[in-house]
Amino acid sequence: MEKIAGYPESLDNQSTHYCPGCTHGIIHRLIAEVIDELEIREETIGVAPVGCAVLCYEYFDVDMHEASHGRAPAVATGVKRVHPDKTVFTYQGDGDLASIGTAEIVHAANRGENITTIFINNAIYGMTGGQMAPTTLEGQKTTTSPYGRNIKDSGNPIKMTEMLAVLDGPAYIARVSVHNPKEIRKAKKAIKKAFRMQLEGKGFALVEVLSTCPTNWGISPTDGLKWLEEMMLPQYPLDVFKDIEEVE
Amino acid sequence: MSEKKLMKGNEVVGEAAIRAGCRYFFGYPITPQNDIPAYMSRRLPEVDGVFLQAESEVAASNMVYGAAGAGARVLTSSSSPGISLKAEGISYIAGAELPAVIVNIMRSGPGLGGIQPSQADYFQATKGMAHGDFRLLVLAPSTVQELADLTYLAFDLADKYRNPVMVLGDGMLGQMMEPVEFKEMRDLDELPKKEWATDGAKGREKNVINSLGLVAENLEKHNLKLKAKYDQMREEEVRYDDYKMDDAELAIVAYGTTARIATSAIDRARKEGYKVGLIRPITLFPYPENRIAEAADQVDEFLAVEMSTGQMVEDVKLAVNGKKPVDFYGRTGGVVPSTDEIYDKIVAMRGDK
Repeated sequence: MEKIAGYPESLDNQSTHYCPGCTHGIIHRLIAEVIDELEIREETIGVAPVGCAVLCYEYFDVDMHEASHGRAPAVATGVKRVHPDKTVFTYQGDGDLASIGTAEIVHAANRGENITTIFINNAIYGMTGGQMAPTTLEGQKTTTSPYGRNIKDSGNPIKMTEMLAVLDGPAYIARVSVHNPKEIRKAKKAIKKAFRMQLEGKGFALVEVLSTCPTNWGISPTDGLKWLEEMMLPQYPLDVFKDIEEVE
Repeated sequence: MSEKKLMKGNEVVGEAAIRAGCRYFFGYPITPQNDIPAYMSRRLPEVDGVFLQAESEVAASNMVYGAAGAGARVLTSSSSPGISLKAEGISYIAGAELPAVIVNIMRSGPGLGGIQPSQADYFQATKGMAHGDFRLLVLAPSTVQELADLTYLAFDLADKYRNPVMVLGDGMLGQMMEPVEFKEMRDLDELPKKEWATDGAKGREKNVINSLGLVAENLEKHNLKLKAKYDQMREEEVRYDDYKMDDAELAIVAYGTTARIATSAIDRARKEGYKVGLIRPITLFPYPENRIAEAADQVDEFLAVEMSTGQMVEDVKLAVNGKKPVDFYGRTGGVVPSTDEIYDKIVAMRGDK
C-alpha cells in the first residue's frame, strides 16, 4: 500500500518551540519531505542558524551543525569541502543571512559553493523579541523602530535574493512564500529543485521563503498570513531570479 | 625522519601540518604569516587537500568549525588582529569540543599595530581568547625545528582533548630560515576515528555539533567537563626547558624567540661569573607553574623577559607566590630586546651580589 500521508522520516516527531501561526514548521516539513523524496536522509548535513530556528538541529533528523550568527554558509563550506559527496544545507533567517551574515552568504554564493540555502524572511528579528531587521518594511513598527521604520535613518528593506542573483556563482535563486496551500506547493517545488541541483553538482542554490511572525508583528495568525500577502509581496515579489537550467 | 632542509618558519608550519595529516586550510591574508597560506595553496593540491582563501578571518574560523565538525584535521593561521576576528569561531570550536589547530604568528598591537615581531597576544592566547569559560592548549616554539615538531604535535593533542590547540610564534620565528627535519607523513587511515562527526547519519543516530546550552545546570555540567580536560592537560601536557639552571641564583623566564635572546645574554653573563639560568615554558597553557614554584626554593630572584609591557610575568608571579622577587624586562610595539639589554638588566639585578 502506498503511504500518502504521515510524518516525514527526516523530521523528528516532536513538538517545536515555534509560536502559534509561525510558518517555520511548514518550511521544516517541506525540507524534510524533499530530503525523504530524494532519499538523502543519511547523506545530509544541515547547518542551523542563530535566531528562531536555532533549535532546528533538534527537529531535523539528519546530522546537524549549529553555527554562530550569520556564519552558516562558512560552516557549511567547511563541511562540504570535507564531504563533497554529501548534501549540505543551511537554514537561516533574515537577521542571520541579510544582516550579520551578508559577507558569508555573498561569498558562498559567489564561489558557487555546492550547497543549498533556505532563507526565511519574516521581516523581523523573532528570537530576540521583535527588533527591526534589514528586511523590515518601510513604516513597520518593531521594538527598535517604535515609530515605524524610517528609510532616511535605517535604509531600505534589503532584497538579498535579487542581490545574489546578479552574481555569476549561483545556479538557482528563487523567492517563494507559504501563505496559502498553492504557494506552499510551489515553495516545495523550488526547495526540491535547490536540493536536486546540489546533488547534480550544479552549484549554489538559494530559496528565500517569505514567512510569518504573528507574535512579533502583534497580530493573529490568520491576519499574519494576510499581512504577508498584502504587505510583503509588493516589496518581495515571488519569482525565480536565476536558474542556470533555463539558460541551458 | 628525512634529511635536513633549510626552510622559512612559516613554510615549515605548512609542511609539518600536512605531515601530521592535515588536508584542509582556511585562511585570510595578513602579515607576517602570509607564507603559510601561500605554502598551503601550493602544497595541499599535491596531496588531494583543500586550500580555501576565505572572505574574512571570521569566515575562515567558521569554515574551520565546519570542517572540524565534519571530522577533518584542519588548520588556520593568522597574525594578531586576524586572531581577534577568529576568536568567535574558536570559542564555538572549544564549546562544541572540536579538534582544530590555530597558528598565531604574532605582530605588534593594539589595534592595527605594526608588522614587527611581538609577544603581546599572551593574554589573548592563554586567558581570554573569546567569550565563555574555555582554554586553548598553547604551544610556544622558539626555533624553526621546534615550530615543525610542535605543529605536528598540535594535531595529536587537538584530537586527544577534542579541543583547539594554538601554536604561538612571532613574526621573527615565522620569517627566519633554519635547518629543519620533518617527521614522517602520517597515514590518513590510521588517524583517530571520529564517531561524533557530521558525515551523514548512515545506519546510526544523527550527530549534532553544537555549543548551545539553554539549561543552566546542563551547561554548567558541560563546562565542568571542559574544565576536567583542562585539568588533565595540567597533569599531562606541561612542557618546558631548563638552561643552566643547576646552580642559578637568577632565573630568567622567557618563551619563544625572546628565550633565545635571553640564552645569549645568559652565556655572556655566565662568562662574567653571574649565576643565571633560564626556564623556558614550551606550553603556555598549561603553564609550567610547578617548575617555577620549585625554582623559587632555589634562586634568589626571577626575571621575566617578553616582547610586551608584561603579560606572562603575571603567571610567573602566581607560580612564585611571593616567595621571591619577580622583575620584568620587556620591549614592545615590535621592538626586539637585544642581548645587551638583557645582559645589562642581569648586571643591574645581580651586580652587587
